[in-house]
Amino acid sequence: MAQTLQELEIFLKAAFLEEDFHVHIARNCIHIQSPVDMNSRVVSFLKEQPYCGFNQLIDIVGIDLYPNSPRFSLVYHLLSLRHNLRAQFKICLDDMQAIQSISHLFPNAGWYEREAFDMYGIVFKNNPDLRRILTEYDFQGYPLRKDFPLFGYTQVRYDETLKRVVHEPVDLPQMSREFDFESDWRGAKYE
Amino acid sequence: MSKPSPQMEPLKKFTINFGPQHPSAHGVLRLILDLDGEVVERADPHIGLLHRGTEKLLEHKTYIQGLPYFDRLDYVSPMSQEHAFVLATEELLGITPPLRAQYIRVLFCEMTRVLNHILNVTTFAMDVGAITPILWGFEARETLLGFYERASGARFHAAYFRPGGVHGDLPLGFLSDLENYLPELEKQIRDLDKLVTDNRIFKQRTVDIGIISKTDAIDYGLTGPLLRASGVAWDLRKSQPYEVYSELKFDIPVGTHGDCYSRYLVRMEEMYQSLKIMLQCIRTMPEGDVLIQDFKIRAPERDDMKTSMEALIHHFKFFTECFEVPKGECYKAVEAPKGEFGVHLIADGSNKPYRCKIRSTGIAALQALEKMSKGHLLGDLSAIIGSLDVVFGEVDR
Repeated sequence: MAQTLQELEIFLKAAFLEEDFHVHIARNCIHIQSPVDMNSRVVSFLKEQPYCGFNQLIDIVGIDLYPNSPRFSLVYHLLSLRHNLRAQFKICLDDMQAIQSISHLFPNAGWYEREAFDMYGIVFKNNPDLRRILTEYDFQGYPLRKDFPLFGYTQVRYDETLKRVVHEPVDLPQMSREFDFESDWRGAKYE
Repeated sequence: MSKPSPQMEPLKKFTINFGPQHPSAHGVLRLILDLDGEVVERADPHIGLLHRGTEKLLEHKTYIQGLPYFDRLDYVSPMSQEHAFVLATEELLGITPPLRAQYIRVLFCEMTRVLNHILNVTTFAMDVGAITPILWGFEARETLLGFYERASGARFHAAYFRPGGVHGDLPLGFLSDLENYLPELEKQIRDLDKLVTDNRIFKQRTVDIGIISKTDAIDYGLTGPLLRASGVAWDLRKSQPYEVYSELKFDIPVGTHGDCYSRYLVRMEEMYQSLKIMLQCIRTMPEGDVLIQDFKIRAPERDDMKTSMEALIHHFKFFTECFEVPKGECYKAVEAPKGEFGVHLIADGSNKPYRCKIRSTGIAALQALEKMSKGHLLGDLSAIIGSLDVVFGEVDR
């Protein structure tokens, strides 16, 4: 049963002959990249095929590549307990492009997708419960996008006269400052 | 008084709000519960009440400034979180810390595991009605935190690990003091064991409560003690060893039932194993450096700065500019006390991470809560939450 990443790479290359399907090995982990519409098929293949056996979904990572296009990447981290292997399955998608949910394959994908939706605004089709998860109930915007300011747009305080919490535009005596200490000088190279 | 009608009225189902301020919610968990009488039909956890935007903040901080944020995620096991971030940074930088630093890291990671499990086991016992364990357990925690303080200067938010090693060498007499204390710590844990493990009330509250099967545990992405309690022999320290774990002798306890009691037993045994690892680390720790000697990546010693111009320049450059991490992407996971804690780090060649995704252990555990609690009584819910060992600093990030 024991198999290596190299064998798995050959196996996957033979199983998916699509042009946009890429497999490579880096940092002791197999990296797979495919078009957006194949995500459910690939994850299901990786899970169901005994040769792959990636039976645990570790995490779903959203990445904002603003201002590049396509804007977002989504990385599925999969773990095979049987073969002791890790896989990262990456897809790239644009803003407002919906993607198929994989919550029918992994029950824990539900919350990870909710998080990606909450933080980046990536919409997952067929996710049964796509609500915001980490931010406030009436939060606006997607905080982990690169064009979202670090301090956000609103601040919250308790209003004594209204007897409730009110949201107001951010008003700080001093805005957050970004210090750029990075120097172009790289030092001399001594051979 | 009118007589009650002979026909039974249909039972009304009702919805209650559990938390966010509830002593057995272990922080700020808000649960929306649909109850049929006292039986839980649906549990919908609402999380995010402790969301501080750590991942966003990390994108605006240099690698050295970002490190202490990891202590504040799972504030019960701070050093294990730092460990994952440090390992990821080192992987991208392509450096390996000196051997002594690796031993020190393992020593402190295991100390953290004992700290975490003592807290979890005792508060779990308190959730189901036992008040003594927490009073006993915190005494042991107090002494261990004293060792934390001696090495790092802080009792909780240590910020002790650095890319390339640890911040400073252990103080004089630290290892011998710790070695002398370990037998006493083992006795303290054994006392806890005697007090709780065979306790009739504790068993009535936890045995066969919140069972999760082997396949469900894997499907729900559970890791760490929760997965092992369901009978899966999986531990990153054994299966994908990092640092010097491959050279140490220890066993991985595996449960059989996957109920709250199994989870408790697994944690209890893990503490004994951690003590074994700590002792091995103390006895086999080599002499030598605790930080790599590349002054572009580490800060110079304070003494050198008094006499060396170069050290002064390095110090200034290090704390203003930090270091630049070459472009790349990696995922590093450690076996934190609560399970697999991972950091997906993307560097763009600057001195700040481009993206740092934190894989928390608690979010998977909490997601399985509904699966575990369905059909149980409301009172069992607090036992289940206690056995999950969630800390909201880490779940909400």
